Amino acid sequence: MSALLAIEGLRAGYGETEVLRGLDLVVNAGEIVTVLGSNGVGKSTLNRTLSGVLRARAGAIRFDGAPIERESCAAIVACGLIHVPEGRRVFPNLSVRENLDLGSYARGKPRRAQNRERVFSIFPRLRERASQYAGTLSGGEQQMLAIGRGLMAEPKLLILDEPSLGLSPLLVEELFGLIKRIHADGVSVLLVEQNVVQSLEVADRAYILAEGQFAMSGPAGQIAADPELKRTYLGL
Amino acid sequence: MLSPVILIPVLLNGLMTGAVYALIALGLTLIYGVLHIINFAHGAMLTAAMFACYFAFKTLGIDPYLSLFVLAPVFFALGYVLQRFVIGPASHGEDRNMLLVTLGLAVVIENALLVNFRGDTRTIDVPYAFATINLGFTFLAVPRLVGFVAVFVVAIALWLIMSLTDTGRAIRAVAKEKLGAQLQGIDVPHIYAVTFGLGTACVAIAACLLMPSYYVNPGAGNAFVLVAFTIVVLGGMGSVPGALIGGLTIGVVESLCSLFLGDSLGQVGIFLIFIAVLLVRPQGLFGAKA
Repeated sequence: MSALLAIEGLRAGYGETEVLRGLDLVVNAGEIVTVLGSNGVGKSTLNRTLSGVLRARAGAIRFDGAPIERESCAAIVACGLIHVPEGRRVFPNLSVRENLDLGSYARGKPRRAQNRERVFSIFPRLRERASQYAGTLSGGEQQMLAIGRGLMAEPKLLILDEPSLGLSPLLVEELFGLIKRIHADGVSVLLVEQNVVQSLEVADRAYILAEGQFAMSGPAGQIAADPELKRTYLGL
Repeated sequence: MLSPVILIPVLLNGLMTGAVYALIALGLTLIYGVLHIINFAHGAMLTAAMFACYFAFKTLGIDPYLSLFVLAPVFFALGYVLQRFVIGPASHGEDRNMLLVTLGLAVVIENALLVNFRGDTRTIDVPYAFATINLGFTFLAVPRLVGFVAVFVVAIALWLIMSLTDTGRAIRAVAKEKLGAQLQGIDVPHIYAVTFGLGTACVAIAACLLMPSYYVNPGAGNAFVLVAFTIVVLGGMGSVPGALIGGLTIGVVESLCSLFLGDSLGQVGIFLIFIAVLLVRPQGLFGAKA
């Protein structure tokens, strides 16, 4: 297995505050890796740094063999590192179809129609709502749309930032099933979540983020069984 | 009540004047809708475009309706460059700073025009300046009719760009969800600049439609932009249909007020509407509630 994403000594933050204090992480091609942590430990900062919204202060990020820590958002998307953000960030004033089409703005444009069909087959609800404004969708449908929009760019690695946030338990169940399906179609996934139990069920490996550093890492099954998890993650 | 013989031509005139107002307002509202700033340089750009149209006619003999096809792309490029390399960088990432930069630009452009061309008022003489079309019950001024039709052609073209091209969709996406757009690989500064360019192209087209029947001096654009601003507030900040319908409404109101109150008081009605809208429906006819 080769490293698709490799992070070394990554530091990042806002103003005077350093949020990420030296992270090392690897996602191999074909894996689902999960980064777990409670609110405010730096999960979203990590994602923002990976996708180029926020500049790294130190450290290296290599994606598919090339350094990307100095690249623009657009260049990173063009490489196939696609970030589905927390809070969905769909375009409320555009139709579902237009939202999907913009997913292939920078990458995957030649096969847009074909990929749209694929997304519709994974998320049949989106097909029903294709000409509706994204702003009129329910939270769960918006999450499906955000992921579908990410898939339109033919990701090599899909970063999912808290996809289960704000969804009902039933929808969360469905969502994790869909993540497995997307992975089975050949997309590597970096799943950044607060939902420990279900994330560990779908993931190959896991990292536990606490106060800007990884407190634990290892195979998901091993982490799930480790009593240390409860202590570090839940602070018990 | 007045007889229709007087009223109908007044209404038609109002609609035709209103169309050009609408076009100027369209540029203003487009820039506001995406960049969330009032472009204070809009009037100065209109004046600059009117001068460009004037000199194209005077020195090269190019008809205003032909120079439209050159000036629209030239002013698009000018707007793009200004936003990308002057207004954007000078705002240091704070959108509200852009407002101040556009105000500064307006002062610079107006005074540059004043230095070069003094305060003289200039007009061009085209053969069709006073041509009319006889409708039987009334006469339509040809330059105004051309303006009216052209504005609708531009509005339809703009609507097609916004709904059918990736760039147009990206413009609408950036307007509401900047971070979401960035994460699709949309280059936000580029989209800002394209939007500013489109808004500036709108005033260039308006300038070419105005010149056959209007004059230019270094302050000529301001009167129009003041009205356009009223239209943007009336139609709803950032709303394209609002700008069109608001523009036509304001044109008719101005025309009716001139009829009833006299030419010099024609614009009173516009500002009464402005105050009434701010009091009763501050979000405008088509605007979303803040």
